[in-house]
Amino acid sequence: MTIRGSLQRRGTAGFDPRLPRALHPGAWWVWAVGLATAASRTTNPLLLGLIIGVLVVVVNARRSDAPWAGMFRIYLLAGLVVIVLRVGLRIVFGGPYGTHVLFTLPEIPLPDWAVGVSIGGPVTLESVMAGFYDGLRLATTIACVGAANVLADARRLLRSVPNALHEVGAALVVALTVAPQLVESLLRVRRARRLRGGRSTGIRSIPGLMLPVLADALDRSLALAAAMDARGYGRLTALPARARHMTSALVLVGLGGVAVGLYGLLDATSPGWLGLPMLAIGIAAGAAGLWLGGRRVARTVYRPDPWQRDETLVAGAGIVAAAAMWLAGTIAPAAVNPSVMPPAWPVLVPVATVGILIALLPAWLAPPVRLAVTTAQAHSNGQARTGEA
Amino acid sequence: MSVIRLEGATVTYTGAASPALADVTLEVEDGGLCLVAGATGSGKSTLLGLMTGMVPHFTGGRLDGRVLIGGRDTRTHPPREIADLVGRVGQDPLAGFVADRVEDELAYGMEQLAVPPGTMRTRVEQMLDLLGIAELRDRPLRTLSGGQQQRVAIGAALAAGPRILVLDEPTSALDPTAAEEVLAAVRRLVDDLGLTVVLAEHRLERVIGYADQLIRVADGRVTSGTPDEVLREMDRVPPIVELARLAGWTPTPLTIRAARRHAASLRHRLLTPDDAGASHVTQPADHAVPARPILTARGLSVTYRDLIAVRAVDFEAAPGVVTVLMGRNGSGKSSLLWALQGSGPRRAGTVSLDGHDPAALEPAAARRLVGLVPQTPSDLLYRETVSAECEQADRESGAAPGTCIALLAELVPGVEGARHPRDLSEGQRLALVLAIQLSASPRVVLLDEPTRGLDYAAKSRLAEVLRSMAADGRAVLLATHDVEFAASVADRLVMMAQGEIVADGPARDLLTASPAFAPQVARILAPGPWLTVADVAEALAAASSGSAPPAANSAPAADRP
Repeated sequence: MTIRGSLQRRGTAGFDPRLPRALHPGAWWVWAVGLATAASRTTNPLLLGLIIGVLVVVVNARRSDAPWAGMFRIYLLAGLVVIVLRVGLRIVFGGPYGTHVLFTLPEIPLPDWAVGVSIGGPVTLESVMAGFYDGLRLATTIACVGAANVLADARRLLRSVPNALHEVGAALVVALTVAPQLVESLLRVRRARRLRGGRSTGIRSIPGLMLPVLADALDRSLALAAAMDARGYGRLTALPARARHMTSALVLVGLGGVAVGLYGLLDATSPGWLGLPMLAIGIAAGAAGLWLGGRRVARTVYRPDPWQRDETLVAGAGIVAAAAMWLAGTIAPAAVNPSVMPPAWPVLVPVATVGILIALLPAWLAPPVRLAVTTAQAHSNGQARTGEA
Repeated sequence: MSVIRLEGATVTYTGAASPALADVTLEVEDGGLCLVAGATGSGKSTLLGLMTGMVPHFTGGRLDGRVLIGGRDTRTHPPREIADLVGRVGQDPLAGFVADRVEDELAYGMEQLAVPPGTMRTRVEQMLDLLGIAELRDRPLRTLSGGQQQRVAIGAALAAGPRILVLDEPTSALDPTAAEEVLAAVRRLVDDLGLTVVLAEHRLERVIGYADQLIRVADGRVTSGTPDEVLREMDRVPPIVELARLAGWTPTPLTIRAARRHAASLRHRLLTPDDAGASHVTQPADHAVPARPILTARGLSVTYRDLIAVRAVDFEAAPGVVTVLMGRNGSGKSSLLWALQGSGPRRAGTVSLDGHDPAALEPAAARRLVGLVPQTPSDLLYRETVSAECEQADRESGAAPGTCIALLAELVPGVEGARHPRDLSEGQRLALVLAIQLSASPRVVLLDEPTRGLDYAAKSRLAEVLRSMAADGRAVLLATHDVEFAASVADRLVMMAQGEIVADGPARDLLTASPAFAPQVARILAPGPWLTVADVAEALAAASSGSAPPAANSAPAADRP
């Protein structure tokens, strides 16, 4: 209770950075994408392991108590599955790759047309290492996305979408709301099927299940659409046709540019002009489109997440990690992507290590999160008391 | 000054032969509570829809005449353009929520209307206080109770600053206590803020006392006036008005407080002078110890993860008895019904029916023992027409072809077999599902909240159906929040709280004992044992004829003034 008293809602002005609050979700995404960029440019297991370690520490330090906040381990598990698959595939379909044979599997002879493919045969250290490095890199990228998902509230991120994308944001919010309701109504209808003595599993039960669920979903959508309209959704958003087309064209070009630019950045083998320049063009076009589209939309945002010093620091930490990895790649390419043929011991690259460790700082830089548990408990206790009275 | 003005409004839905509302001219005065009454399908929802612009913008159909909301014509202003004038609250608050947290939901309408951030902030705080939901501000909407959700929905509609609030049966899904909570909030808005509130409510008895204007909708025709005037021409009226008519009280009292002033003399008339202290009331439940129970449950527990819905309940149901299960939302009523039927989860305990445990049987065999009509009856329906549903039910039940349709005709005459089940009224749909379940001729019939969305006429029809099912030797068990309905139908009352049975006994004793769960007649005539107007009429007849039937065991020792 004392905590609650002292942790009243923040104002936007004159804030104390150390008061618990939720960081702008965009900051977490920039930080995580920075680390993912770093991870995608290296196969060095020491550096990748370090990135995963950083993710784990930061997630544990700054995750909220929202229902999805405990999901990080699922992303880690998915990464593990990826590694196992990659290594497994290399073992089974390895082929003659490298010279350090670890053991030999019985080889299955394949017909002539399957030239270049072999099943079984000698398993080399090189092919296992290559599989492991590849898998670990992908697993680390997955973990980065997972960390962003766990640390940033998707709904809050949607609230910060620019005005021009408001419709898209609203549609996503509605989808997020309706999806659990659909699952609920499916469960309810399945249970109800038993009441008629019908089957609730198997192909033949599908019409009996799907019709009520779909009818229910349709009713819900109509009710929601009516409720949104009654509350002023879509008011004063009429844009002249020319401006609307211009907006969509700019946004599309922007998205394309961003996609190509990101690909260029993530793939170290693509030509340099495909990276940063394309990304910059894409962002510029997208921003222009959003500005144009958002100009006429009269709508305000309730308690928007402010972008303050902490947000800049957290996002900056991720960008530093990416930049350090890029720098390390130009200085010591052999250490960032250690050789598997012949196998070489991976070593820590100083520049990249420092960069990744800087990305660890958000564990302290980001303000502590407000935990809803204490307040919710206080409420439910209060309720139970009044309920019993 | 009138804030809502309908001028010759006629609404005809696409494909309908006759208009849903015909030539309606009325005004709603600024400030005050305007109550809309009418049976299901009378055009009540259409009337409310006109006042929010939903009709015809969302429903389709044709509107002739004019509807002016605060001077704006709804023909040229769709609902979003009058969102700053009218707030709308529907039956199911969850269906209208856009955000997922209380605070964001309150702000949503203001965001759309581009209210400046500072104003938005203060208004959200005001709404939180006004509706008493400040401590819920961070909670996800889905975790709130029904009453809390409905208060959030009202706050969300109000936050945008409208002067008119239109509520379509906001309490139909709530238990009496939660409904009272919502209606108290509505009354405060009218009294303290001077808002204009248009409220449609099936259970008129709860709000009639606070209404300034009553609009009656019947067959597309509308009459409007003071409650006293309009009530005079209605044949289905709240128990309090019916009692006043019976006893000849004028002017008609509309609140319990007003009626209590007349009550003392009526109580005296109900008591025979020679038999002071005992009252005359025949108790239908009084065939003392009923037959051997056909359904026996022992130590029944239902849990959902760490939530205990039903906690070690022992329960028996005897043939020929209508048992009503009451208790606030979440007290375990539905879970108990589903566990008894065998289709719902059960953590521990046994259920025995004719020596069988329905949960251990195939679903098709279980429903021949015990039938359940769930809270959303439409979940059971998936065929295109009523007759197809009925034929399907006959096959499922192994009954002779035509059984189900015959049962349906008995429950509600005149449902065309070619109609789509979704187009039926709430009452007809309930009857259809009941007929489907009865086609398997189960000996125990369970109903979960059957009165939801039913008007007075449909409810009294349902009460007759339930009584005749009991008379056929079936055990009937229903969960309901509707005290007046429980009073009219129950032999035995079981009250649940926190998954346990806290009271179990003759309905009359329990309904007169608990203030929150007492029907209006019992509150007016407390401490007398009368529950319904029919009871009173019977007692009056008995008292005037002088032939005293055996005294009720629950009669008061003395009639205190």
